[in-house]
Amino acid sequence: MRSRTRLAGLVAGISLLAMGSAQAVEIEYWQYVFDSRVKAMDQLIANFQEANPDITVKHVTFPYADYQTRVVAAKVAGQGPDVVQLFYGWLDNFVAGELIQPLDPEVFPHEEIESEFFPIVSAMKRDGDYYGLPTAVRSLALFYNKALFEEAGLDPNKPPQTLDELVEAAKATVKHDGSGNITSEGITVEMGGQDHHWWREVLVRQFGGEPYSEDGTKVAYDDEAGLEALKFHSGLQTELNVGQNGFMDEGQAAFRAGLAAMTIDGTFRLGSFAENPFEWGVAELPANADGMRSNYSSYFANAIGALAEGEELEAAQKFLAYISSPEAMEIWLETVGELPARKEVALTEENLSDPTYGPFLQGLEYAHTTRFVDEAAQRQAMIDMENRIFLEGQDPAEALAQAAKEEQAILDKFYNK
Amino acid sequence: MTSVATQPGPAPDAGLWDRLSIRTKRVLWAWAFLTVPIIFYAGIRFYPTFQAFWLSLTDWDLLRPASFIGLDNYKTLFSDPLFWRVFRNTFAYLIIGTPASLVIAFVVAYYLDRVRFMHGFIRALYFLPFLTTAAAMAWVWRWFYQPVPIGVINGFLQTVGLPAQPFLRSVDQALPAIMVTAIWAGLGFQIIIFMAGLRAIPTTYYEAARIDGLGEWAILRKITLPLLKPTTVFLVVFSSIGFLRIFDQVYNMTTNDPGGPLNSTKPLVLMIYQTAFSSYDMGYAAAQTVVLFTILLVVSLMQLWVLRNRA
Repeated sequence: MRSRTRLAGLVAGISLLAMGSAQAVEIEYWQYVFDSRVKAMDQLIANFQEANPDITVKHVTFPYADYQTRVVAAKVAGQGPDVVQLFYGWLDNFVAGELIQPLDPEVFPHEEIESEFFPIVSAMKRDGDYYGLPTAVRSLALFYNKALFEEAGLDPNKPPQTLDELVEAAKATVKHDGSGNITSEGITVEMGGQDHHWWREVLVRQFGGEPYSEDGTKVAYDDEAGLEALKFHSGLQTELNVGQNGFMDEGQAAFRAGLAAMTIDGTFRLGSFAENPFEWGVAELPANADGMRSNYSSYFANAIGALAEGEELEAAQKFLAYISSPEAMEIWLETVGELPARKEVALTEENLSDPTYGPFLQGLEYAHTTRFVDEAAQRQAMIDMENRIFLEGQDPAEALAQAAKEEQAILDKFYNK
Repeated sequence: MTSVATQPGPAPDAGLWDRLSIRTKRVLWAWAFLTVPIIFYAGIRFYPTFQAFWLSLTDWDLLRPASFIGLDNYKTLFSDPLFWRVFRNTFAYLIIGTPASLVIAFVVAYYLDRVRFMHGFIRALYFLPFLTTAAAMAWVWRWFYQPVPIGVINGFLQTVGLPAQPFLRSVDQALPAIMVTAIWAGLGFQIIIFMAGLRAIPTTYYEAARIDGLGEWAILRKITLPLLKPTTVFLVVFSSIGFLRIFDQVYNMTTNDPGGPLNSTKPLVLMIYQTAFSSYDMGYAAAQTVVLFTILLVVSLMQLWVLRNRA
């Protein structure tokens, strides 16, 4: 501990020296490394500094795998960012660890936030305080390979609109070899990918259930609806043989290789699919028989670090306001391809009719956000649930009950702390 | 040092240093040089190790201050079915991996030692996997094991008319499949060490044995193996520690579902990594580390003891 404090002192000393005679306020912005995000943020910072010549923003990035650890370690050392990016699912931990401070309602009025942002911004609210604002949001959609659709005699401009149509399209596009092995999937089946979100927030609801209790502390999918949803998803492999978990290693790899006709994935995949050597399209996630749709949305938000105060706090608030502004969201959409978090910026005529962004944006209007306490572990429970069916032949009802128990234990551990 | 020793006697106004004997000075110098690595070691090795023992008795989660909870972490650990699963996996890697890799390495080294034709080249070929980054190698093997149409092994099985195997997508085959790559990766190193050991045995012993009319098998059993003992001991300990700490191969071959499917390949180190850096449950992870440390210590001491007593 002592050496860490000493090091922190040294660092602080050096940075004090470095600041020297600078009169302007310097604030630090932290995010993880992702090429297009860093580029977009550099541009936002340049714009912001031009408008506020007395404020300098230092852009600090870390590899994603280290990111949370760095934020925490900085807090321990008494250093830390003034504005920091965080995944919405980390909020409880960040608040509990006092890494960030609530947004001042004088500067960021609640009514404005609630009326201007998509409703999923509520995932940033705890005990009546907002802790952060997103620049961009993500949602899910159905990606489909137009070439494979055409080959199977389907209309490449009419992607499936309902779950039944999805199954029909998958049956039509899947290819098997002589021994029954899949050589090209109808639809990818991968809980480890985005399918666990699709199952939780979309399929469970479409089959008439709820994934969690209102306050998110109790698992609620262990019922008839959850079972039907699980049977539907795992049945794509076990009953219909239109997809196979692990085919081509990963669902997105299969789709990129042109060996999967459909896959469910997020906005963030648009960049890597852009260079696919075939024509592909995006469609809203299919509705159930009653026309009910759902979606899962997630986002990285920006928050103000716990240690910011005085003129740094003021500068940080200004900066946060700018990077959550309509202008910033447009730049973000252009550079990163993520959807604007403000309704007025997102739901423009132009965006909604965009064949790529349109389906994602439509999804946002009815999207849900899971309140994760340990996303990796909760995802693992879903992966294991389906693997027990696929690899050990466990009965879906038992697999579901066991998964519910495992996930409840994760939730209990967090909420009982 | 010798130049110091040959200098004329102390100057009249000699300081404290000059009044010391040469012997003392040498000792002081030695310690002066040793201090650097000792401080370094104490700082980055021993201090964190003891810190880990302390952490294992707390519920530290990085964010909130740690509070002392006694042996709760250990109680949770020993009643966690996942831990026992992981424990079994770790020992499967050790108990199958170590003997298998040593036998293969010895056989290869034994025969390679007699090959004169392109000896250096063949030896280099065996050593090559050891030089390759574990992550890169694991990914290549991961693709080998895929189902058709991309998996090379399954493609081969299909052409000879055998049914496709799930390999990494099976709870029974995944661990052996990963172990094969780990054995292959370490083989080159073990072969080189075995060959060095074989070369160190004086040829006169063999000549004497042949003159006495001993067969090849007897020579192997009575001369080669006993005299190779120090090499074998070193490799057993070294390779055991390697298998007990296996991580790279498993993590890289199963990144979609680390240690999966259904934890069938998860070793202790991967469990520690996930507990610490994915769930941020540092106290619990520290308890797992202490258990791993104990296992490593016991296994190493046992091996040294067993192999020494048989001499």
